[in-house]
Amino acid sequence: MAAPEQRRIIFQHIDAPGYSNDLACYVKHGGYEILKKAVAMPPAAIIDEVKKSGLRGRGGAGFGCGLKWSLVDRKSGKPIYLVVNADESEPGTFKDRYIIHQDPHQLIEGIMVTCWANNVKQAYIYIRGEMPHGARILEQAIAEARAANFVGPNILGTSYSCEIYVHRGAGAYICGEETGLIESLEGKRPYPRIKPPYFPAVLGLYQCPTIVNNVETLCHVKHIVDMGGDNYAKIGTPNNTGTRILCVSGHVQRPGYYEYEVGKITMGQLLNEVCGGPLPGRKFKAVIPGGSSSKILRFGETFTLKNKDGSSRTLTIEDIPMDFDTLAACGTMGGSGGVIVMDDSVNMVEALANLNAFYAHESCGQCTPCREGSLWMKKITTRMVHANARAEDGQLLKSVADQIAGRTVCAFGEACSWPTQSFVAKFGDEFKAYPETKKQSKNGDALELV
Amino acid sequence: MIAPPKPDLVTVNIDGKDIAVPKGTNVIEAARLIGVDVPHYCYHPKLTISGNCRMCLIEMGNPAVDPATKAPIMDPATGKQKINWIPRPQIGCATNASPGLHIRTNTPQIKDCREGVMEFLLVNHPLDCPICDQAGECKLQEQATGYGRGYSRFIEQKNVKPKRTQLGPRVMLDDERCVLCSRCIRFSKEIAKDDVLGFIDRGSYSTLTCYPGKKLENNYSLNTVDICPVGALTSTDFRFKMRVWFLKQTNSIDTESSVGANTVVWSREGQIYRITPRRNDDVNDTWMADSGRELYKQVRSADRLTTIKVNGADSALDIAINTALQLAKDGGVAVVGSGRSSVEEQFLTKKLADALKASTHLVSRVGQGDKLLISADRNPNVRGALVVGLISTMPEVGPALRAGLSSSVHSLASQPSTQAGSESRPHLSGLTDLAAAIDAGQVKTVISIGEDLAAAGLTAAQLGKISIVYLGTHANATSAAAKVVIPTLSVFEKNGTFVNQQFRIQKFAKAVPGPAGLPAEASAKAGATDDLIVLAGLANIAASDVAAVWKLLAAEVPALGTMSYANIPETGLLLDATPFAALPFAEGETLHFKPAKS
Ligand SMILES: Cc1cc2nc3c(=O)[nH]c(=O)nc-3n(C[C@H](O)[C@H](O)[C@H](O)COP(=O)(O)O)c2cc1C
Ligand code: SF4
Ligand code: FES
Repeated sequence: MAAPEQRRIIFQHIDAPGYSNDLACYVKHGGYEILKKAVAMPPAAIIDEVKKSGLRGRGGAGFGCGLKWSLVDRKSGKPIYLVVNADESEPGTFKDRYIIHQDPHQLIEGIMVTCWANNVKQAYIYIRGEMPHGARILEQAIAEARAANFVGPNILGTSYSCEIYVHRGAGAYICGEETGLIESLEGKRPYPRIKPPYFPAVLGLYQCPTIVNNVETLCHVKHIVDMGGDNYAKIGTPNNTGTRILCVSGHVQRPGYYEYEVGKITMGQLLNEVCGGPLPGRKFKAVIPGGSSSKILRFGETFTLKNKDGSSRTLTIEDIPMDFDTLAACGTMGGSGGVIVMDDSVNMVEALANLNAFYAHESCGQCTPCREGSLWMKKITTRMVHANARAEDGQLLKSVADQIAGRTVCAFGEACSWPTQSFVAKFGDEFKAYPETKKQSKNGDALELV
Repeated sequence: MIAPPKPDLVTVNIDGKDIAVPKGTNVIEAARLIGVDVPHYCYHPKLTISGNCRMCLIEMGNPAVDPATKAPIMDPATGKQKINWIPRPQIGCATNASPGLHIRTNTPQIKDCREGVMEFLLVNHPLDCPICDQAGECKLQEQATGYGRGYSRFIEQKNVKPKRTQLGPRVMLDDERCVLCSRCIRFSKEIAKDDVLGFIDRGSYSTLTCYPGKKLENNYSLNTVDICPVGALTSTDFRFKMRVWFLKQTNSIDTESSVGANTVVWSREGQIYRITPRRNDDVNDTWMADSGRELYKQVRSADRLTTIKVNGADSALDIAINTALQLAKDGGVAVVGSGRSSVEEQFLTKKLADALKASTHLVSRVGQGDKLLISADRNPNVRGALVVGLISTMPEVGPALRAGLSSSVHSLASQPSTQAGSESRPHLSGLTDLAAAIDAGQVKTVISIGEDLAAAGLTAAQLGKISIVYLGTHANATSAAAKVVIPTLSVFEKNGTFVNQQFRIQKFAKAVPGPAGLPAEASAKAGATDDLIVLAGLANIAASDVAAVWKLLAAEVPALGTMSYANIPETGLLLDATPFAALPFAEGETLHFKPAKS
């Protein structure tokens, strides 16, 4: 079956010739009309539309956006904050930065609609430290929007006022975890908070109720108000509505970002047709479907899934529709939309050594299992690659990872153990054979030091 | 005594046992009540919950209810309400008792969790127990034994970190041993209000450090050593001196001020090695000041009095007592009692004054409070003197000082202890009446119970006009001028009680024998004699130990009528303060104490 057409809603203007990131261009393309529509609606009605839309968060966890908003403590008498997660640092993920660089007003409009809907008076965009240019663009865009009365005091002639501030991170992956982000925003080390009791919806920024949403998620909000929740829900597939941006990197002919209706395109269509298949003379070996922390899939494996009617179906990797639920049913996740492809030139021990080095470097170090486990796993895979590997190291790695996942303060514990767990589960043979593989390889030490 | 309000009790189930606990009690504390140990590192009952060590993982379940009707869902097998167990383990330190909460600590999953955390904590630990001061009181040792796997799977290189970082004058850090529990950081910030500690670097390379340009030097810094669960923070004073398992522990009371922080004195073979706080949730929680931990050094200081002297010559106790009574026999006697004496001693002091028809005086010792565990009244036992009737009004305080006290002062707790020490050195006063009486020739003999009359304001000329009988521990201008000097015991060498600012009577016990190791017998020629023996001798009373004095106290002091030394609990007993409510006490607010509104 031929791949469907892209459906560019969020990326409608990305890379479009002649489209610039200034206010004039945005307004020329109908910008801020939806904010005008929104402020004429009761806030609760907007929350309803978002609930009806079925929008799920695009930051990683895929949590229902409307549900998240409805959990906000609105009786506390404290201000409610919106925090925009623009920390985009999950390896393999490169979507938010294009929105920020090329279409910042889309994000600002989404933010303002969200703020209106949730009675938020102050929003913070927490942008990854490594994106200084993006931060400047956002500041410029906010200034323009403020001058045009879309942001700031008494927007659009209403009595409603709301400010947006840009806050730059200092370069830590853990600042993408929402409570780590909040700590960092408060000026502290980004140690993720324990939940309970510190659920952002109740005790978030400055111990006030706080909504944390991803950049892409907030852009969708704008379009939901535009077309109505029910219409939005018709895009994509049930429970996996709307479009999402898939960032494909690695061993394909045409890596890049593509926006599709959720679940309407399969992994096979995406990699073989849209991305042009493997590099010449190569075969696909494995794919990480939702950012580096999601569990890896091995080409050739099949998944038997239960249907609603009780029957079952068997899927190959190529058959998997790129949606939240099916990927979860296949033991991995849609995550942040970062699809990382590896072909048969890759040794999985070495690939894992690379990932383990990343996670050991990024663990905040607060809680014992992640702090010690992530570095231990790195030390094992580094030793395997650069010194002596043992056939039993795969099992040791798995056992270390099993002692982390589910026992930590934040989901980094899963993020750092899922790669190891899945690499060893899917490619255990390669781990066992690695001492032999090394002996046979010419230089005996295949990987650059990480 | 005012009864505390009844807490809201809820019933929780831990490992199959039901127990009623106050709502909000966490699982670690609730389990403790039924003798179930939930191992932990970062949790400390007096600090905020951090939840970082993950040692306290438990399984948690809640009673099942129908989401629509909220009706309980019953389990047909047991006939009880079904329990929905959460598959993911939860931390006990941050899980609070709610009605029907179910906890399991003894499942294979929890065993595996604990083994995992123990293994992780040890992979980069130097395992240098043989040279570590914490050995014997180390949570890593204890919990590795109790909950570890007992073997290592780690064949990689361990992390290398600084082994000797002096965080401040009294605290040394070994970063390799640190388990990053953040207790010391939270203590400094939350209790000492001196936010100088933090972590730098990340992941397993995280390192505890002081903020650039700062030091851990506040007067509470050694509490970080107490609460460090491992050997990362050690006391520069105690380091490498003695193995803790050789030390005898004796309960005592900090004499620095009227707070009366509860302490433990650690000694071996008559020598004290350290003093640490003893938990009392109504007085000092689990804390004490650094300055109070150094007081044991006075026990063996060079100026310690060890010889009975009469007119400058070595003498014996009976001769010294007779000489003193001779000096007093013509009247004109004043007795200077002390707010540092025990209740028992103050009682005998009063008896002595009565017997000699002497006037009584008390030296006040007032400085700035630090709002935490050092109060403005630096005498540990002025209230004892009130209770036994040695005094009936507060000793006078210099007018300048009183003015200074009422103006609000900044918190001294967070000051470097040297600074806090000098700024807060107490002012001694209270002898104006005595000075006048000496000048008028009405007083000819003064018996001083450990008070240096010169330091308390008497001039050299005034001292020259009188005959002095001095009972005390250390040499000073008064002992030098005295006709009779009788060395007595320090607080570490005797039993007794103090009444703190809350009117809580608290007892201290003898940790070590008196100087020169001599028994405190009446005929001792060298060494020091128990104050009670001397006072009883002077007052001609046959009650020369604490138990005997307490028989008299119970009979003669109504407030103590139902008590005996033995039955005062280790955490003390509140006395009725109402008879003294109108007195102008010096204390401002400290931990667990608010002065009555004046
Ligand atoms: C270790 C870790 C890193 C994360 N990094 C990011 C990130 O860079 N950007 C992001 O949007 N969400 C990130 N998240 C997810 C956020 O915690 C949070 O779920 C998300 O921002 C919520 O937004 P959404 O509901 O719109 O997806 C991360 C989560 C974890 C555990
Ligand atoms: S799981 Fe890792 S990143 Fe998250 S709080 Fe613990 S140490 Fe930090
Ligand atoms: S005691 Fe450390 S996590 Fe609970």
